[in-house]
Amino acid sequence: MSWIKRLPLEEYLLPGNPSCSGCGAALALRIALKTLGPNVVLIVPAGCAVVIQGSLPKTSFNVPTLNVPFASAASVAQGVAAALKVKGVKDTHVVCWAGDGATSDIGLSALSGAAQRNANILYICYDNEAYMNTGIQASGLTPYGAWTTTTPRMKEWPKKNLGHIMSAHGVPYVATATISSPLDYIEKLRKAMRYEGFRFIHVLTPCPPGWRFPTEKTVEVARLAVETGMWILYEVEEGKLRLTGPSKRLMDRGGRKPVIEYLKAQGRFSNLTEEEVANLQKMIDDLWNRYIRPDTI
Amino acid sequence: MNTPIIAASKPSFGSGGKTGLWRIFKPVIDRKQCVNCLLCWLYCPEGAIERTPEGLKINYEYCKGCGICSNECPRGAIKMVYEGGE
Amino acid sequence: MEKMKLLSGDHAAAYAVKLSRAKVIAAYPITPQTPIIEKISEFIEKGEMEAEFINVESEHSALSVCVGAASMGVRTFTATSSQGLLYMHEILHWASGARLPIVMAQVNRSVGAPWSIWPDHNDSIAQRDTGWIQFYCGSCQEILDTIVQAYLVSEDERVLLPSMVCFEGFELSHTAMPVKIPSEEDVDEFMGSYEPKHPVVDVSKPLTYSAITTPADYSKIRSAIQDGMENAKNVIREVTRRFNERFGREYQPLVETYRCEDAEIVVVSMGSIGGVVEEAVDHLRGEGLNVGAARIRVFRPFPRDVLQALGREASTFVVIDRGVSFGMEGVLFTEVKSSLFSLEERPRVVGLIAGFGGLTVRYRQIASAVKDALRLKGEALSLERWLL
Repeated sequence: MSWIKRLPLEEYLLPGNPSCSGCGAALALRIALKTLGPNVVLIVPAGCAVVIQGSLPKTSFNVPTLNVPFASAASVAQGVAAALKVKGVKDTHVVCWAGDGATSDIGLSALSGAAQRNANILYICYDNEAYMNTGIQASGLTPYGAWTTTTPRMKEWPKKNLGHIMSAHGVPYVATATISSPLDYIEKLRKAMRYEGFRFIHVLTPCPPGWRFPTEKTVEVARLAVETGMWILYEVEEGKLRLTGPSKRLMDRGGRKPVIEYLKAQGRFSNLTEEEVANLQKMIDDLWNRYIRPDTI
Repeated sequence: MNTPIIAASKPSFGSGGKTGLWRIFKPVIDRKQCVNCLLCWLYCPEGAIERTPEGLKINYEYCKGCGICSNECPRGAIKMVYEGGE
Repeated sequence: MEKMKLLSGDHAAAYAVKLSRAKVIAAYPITPQTPIIEKISEFIEKGEMEAEFINVESEHSALSVCVGAASMGVRTFTATSSQGLLYMHEILHWASGARLPIVMAQVNRSVGAPWSIWPDHNDSIAQRDTGWIQFYCGSCQEILDTIVQAYLVSEDERVLLPSMVCFEGFELSHTAMPVKIPSEEDVDEFMGSYEPKHPVVDVSKPLTYSAITTPADYSKIRSAIQDGMENAKNVIREVTRRFNERFGREYQPLVETYRCEDAEIVVVSMGSIGGVVEEAVDHLRGEGLNVGAARIRVFRPFPRDVLQALGREASTFVVIDRGVSFGMEGVLFTEVKSSLFSLEERPRVVGLIAGFGGLTVRYRQIASAVKDALRLKGEALSLERWLL
């Protein structure tokens, strides 16, 4: 795995920050910033990433960062991109680093607007599947079946298919990723960096306190999400859907693990009845069947 | 103007304090087992594992003891050691 | 060369934005602001103006785009009204807190419920706490001139606060008046090239802006906004006087007074009603009353000292409010009284709430209100009624 040796040594997410022990989002940000490099303007709406910075006068983010109101990330980013264009600056990436709540709920309108206008920004949604920063409340990207403090038994309606929604905007590049397939994630970031216009990456970032699993399992839980088909790795380039990494292997060779293996690894699914688990399995099977037919995206 | 008129924070190590104090278990690398695959370095959410010419070194000032490095090491070369106290 | 054109208030605003060379403009359509953004789009399309125009999907996004662009040190503009202003309320606070010198045209229009498209001041009055400088114009010429001045005020390093230039929907926005349009060269020379004085993102020096701030630091940062506002009064005086000299205007910077030199009674108002008040003043003067008019041109920062100076001479103030704070009273009424509170001999202050939902206020109604006020000898120091 010589590609790991070739990754830059510089840390742009500095250690000793306030992220929880074992934080999946911190890992995703660390990898993203290593890949993006220092020539970025990072736009961060309310969410875990704000707390991970720390408070004035110290920040753990070693790249220029604008904290912005919750619903506004995509719009502020487009303003930044427009200003860079006016100033003739071409080598600086404008990147939103936004959680699932900011992206799929309160900021969806701004996100859709920026995508529709093909704003020249890279929008990365780090998805820990709930409003984690405020204490684990349900968001539009919380999966069916999950406990949260506002869905105390389980969430009864399904996770929004955000990648699908963004693809429907006809933007140059949409991809999903997760931290257990780091090379896949890095290559998608690099590809996104080469495009102009609106690019979207949705990265699944497991959360130990929110999903209820021991801190050492963060990467393993992400891996199980992919292996059970709960999370599908793909990219959509110029309207064409292509599965990638372990998801592609599952499509080509089969061997998708039953979803119960993913559910067992986390406390947040412990309230599900057998019927509900079966329901969830069916939802995954249906979605999976749709995805292996690229013409259906 | 001496009073800062906006909040502008400078990049710093330890913006969360000495997060090494959060640990209950401490990762210890067994040099005889380690093949320097760098997966632990890659998977550390904290960036608390440093690549040095002498091999991988854990920055215990900031390592939070999450154990991901130990869990992901393909050689079992990292052990989580309980750190004192009752 | 200066040109003279018959322009509506909205179009005058568009010309001002063109002259000011705003570079990133984001706006969402709302009656009665739409002609502003339509005209700007036309200027850009025709190549008469070089700017990025972003057709945002909401007003919240319109101002957010401006926040992003201003953070990078680029001159921005947006325009809105009523519900749109309310929708971007959260971002108004953010813009001033981040000390971004954004300029916005704010076309006054009543707020719902129920729906009304006609003017009053409740929309912008309700934003008086947001840390934005507020100008209220009395003519289409003033709209054009004030937007140009607003950039210089907001961008001044002693201020670094956003400005909204307010004017009534339909009464000004859609009413054509003769407007002198200065030449691009003259405005370029007057404004100079834009060198941002506020902290601007620099990729070579990574900083994190607006992170979590603990109480002591937060308090210092916020109190600095108040300092900027206080400084704004003098900066507005400087810029207005310089503008007057250069372009041959006669604006009084903070309060436009009319026949106040020997006035015992001052009628205070804001916006387009100012013209009607002047008619009332002339009418009452004809009847032998020493009345003057004071049209508040700058509502934020509130011109306390100008009102105090008037209050040392006058014994009665009649304040006409086109905006109210429910549960309290007309906002100008409160602020005028507050400004006069420290005077040894406090004048009598009487309030009139009028012109809501665009309800026409006639000079005779104002004249009669003044006479009613004079009859309140020895009664309540201050009184207020609604003109319905």
